[in-house]
Amino acid sequence: MNILQILLVALFVAFVALRSLGRRQAASRFARWTLMGLGAVVVLAPFTWLLAAVFKDRSVLNEYIFLPPVGQWSEKTLNLNNFRQLFQGRPSVTGLVYFWEYVLNSTVYATCTTVLQIFFCSLGGYALAKYEFRGKTALTLFMLGSMMIPSVLLLAPLYKMVVDLGLVDSLAGLIIPGMVSTYGIFLFRQACLSVPNEMIDAARLDGCGEFGIYLRLVMPLVRPMAAAFCLICFLGNWNAFFAPNVFLHSQDKLTLPVVLNLYLGEFRHDQGVFLTGTALAMIPPAVLFFALQREFISGLTSGAVKG
Amino acid sequence: MSGKISQRPPRPPGRPRYKGKAPYLFLSPYIVLTAAFFAVPFINAIVLAFYETNGPRSRAFVGLDNFIFLFSDSTFRQALFNTTLFAFVSVFIQLPLSMALALLLNSGGDKVKGFFRLVFFSPNLVGQVLVGILFSVLFTPRYGLVNRVFQIVLHWGLEARWLSDPRLIMAAIVLTSLWLWVGFNMIYFLAALQTVDKTLQEAARIDGASPWQIFWHVTLPSMRHVVVFVVIMSVIGSYQLFELPLTLLSESYGFGANNAGLTLITYLNYMAFRSGDLGLGSAVGWVVAVIIFTISLIQIRLGRIAEED
Repeated sequence: MNILQILLVALFVAFVALRSLGRRQAASRFARWTLMGLGAVVVLAPFTWLLAAVFKDRSVLNEYIFLPPVGQWSEKTLNLNNFRQLFQGRPSVTGLVYFWEYVLNSTVYATCTTVLQIFFCSLGGYALAKYEFRGKTALTLFMLGSMMIPSVLLLAPLYKMVVDLGLVDSLAGLIIPGMVSTYGIFLFRQACLSVPNEMIDAARLDGCGEFGIYLRLVMPLVRPMAAAFCLICFLGNWNAFFAPNVFLHSQDKLTLPVVLNLYLGEFRHDQGVFLTGTALAMIPPAVLFFALQREFISGLTSGAVKG
Repeated sequence: MSGKISQRPPRPPGRPRYKGKAPYLFLSPYIVLTAAFFAVPFINAIVLAFYETNGPRSRAFVGLDNFIFLFSDSTFRQALFNTTLFAFVSVFIQLPLSMALALLLNSGGDKVKGFFRLVFFSPNLVGQVLVGILFSVLFTPRYGLVNRVFQIVLHWGLEARWLSDPRLIMAAIVLTSLWLWVGFNMIYFLAALQTVDKTLQEAARIDGASPWQIFWHVTLPSMRHVVVFVVIMSVIGSYQLFELPLTLLSESYGFGANNAGLTLITYLNYMAFRSGDLGLGSAVGWVVAVIIFTISLIQIRLGRIAEED
């Protein structure tokens, strides 16, 4: 028996004892908390492990599960070598390439796509929600149908197109085809439906132009959805791998997930390096998530629960 | 019954047809971009499936040969089998776990709920590639965190070669996917649970129904829309599984020993972009699209039948 097993058995015994004492309510509350706690530990353990691994020297990475005991702390066990090695310039055909260039590429790609998608999707979503116009039903049906097509099917022909347009191996080749999303238009349509028609009509009577109504009246009202979509979109593009991996070739043009996947092979015997890169790549999405999490959860589920 | 359906619902009153150009202008970015980067590639995907290509520039018409090749290729059949197995596991292991977590959380207070929801969702911030990279180290024989925990709790698994033993590869992928996605689906179930009518549950409880009976006969039926939605989404997601095995099994480009971790999209990626046969890649894409489409239709139909009961 070891500590973990003893702990698990003790928790179970406590549950049985509570039940047999006739305190069913307390027993079930105890079981619920225990299960949730265990679940949280399982979810958080890999992150904790990663955080420790980043600072461990390669010689002791596998020696301790998490950090070494305090008595063993020294420059030899805990240091910033992983960071130093990661930030070192790496030779390529186009000269030295630094890790921050990948961070920059990922930031540009994810930010541009997110900003453009929010603009185009909210504009389209508003038009679908608040105007009756010829061809609306047909367009809506087409959109619904197009969402059934898996994006991987289009990747090979899209790649061929991007090559023909001369956009291959550039961030523009990734950003331009990804400027709108049907899913995003539907999310914004859902949000715009709740804007009262009377307000729009009043603004129109006051002489506000159609674009002005969208920009000054509707957009402020659908800000929660914009925040949620901002996060969904940024996460999706920051973590995107398939298309960037196919479309980008030059070493200095790659995005973080693509390059970290390459490092997996390159640093097979020095795992601390790609683990450090992985940990750093997790920071921007986490920051954005904590800033926007309330809107995010409601935005993510609104389509499913209302629909 | 059929007479009712054929009647068109009346146009909602009070909103006359808008005469100006504004909606067309507002939708024009979508229309232009979709025509260029969805409709054109979509038509090309149909054409391309009947060609053999060598990179993006040279191609030859081969008729149905791509499809004939696929279904005679044992590697492809293995990929089809693995992916289908994964989809089954997602629906029958991952979703029940998500539902169990959601039920656990739903009975807690609001603050607690918010905190645990955040914790359980957090793996999804990271994305498949980074999770795959992290877990490829956690599954290291003798030293990996997963191996050590299995050894401590079950007295088995310290030396398990999760990522190179063909019998364990799928289990490793499934474990990682559970860590990643159980919390994601939980969010949907949790939101749906909050819309379930509490008085119905209470009435059933007073009538002497057990918690299990209440869940099965009251709670689950009243959130069936969300359940159908989540099942469809996770089947679609499962058939597109690619980045997780690719990074977990990076030494074999995601194939794994004996192709034990090979998925349809991994196969597509390899054939189209490593071997350069975009035509064969498109053919695989069509197989995936047809599978997804068929399964979605069946599930929507089943959802309707359940509703009529």
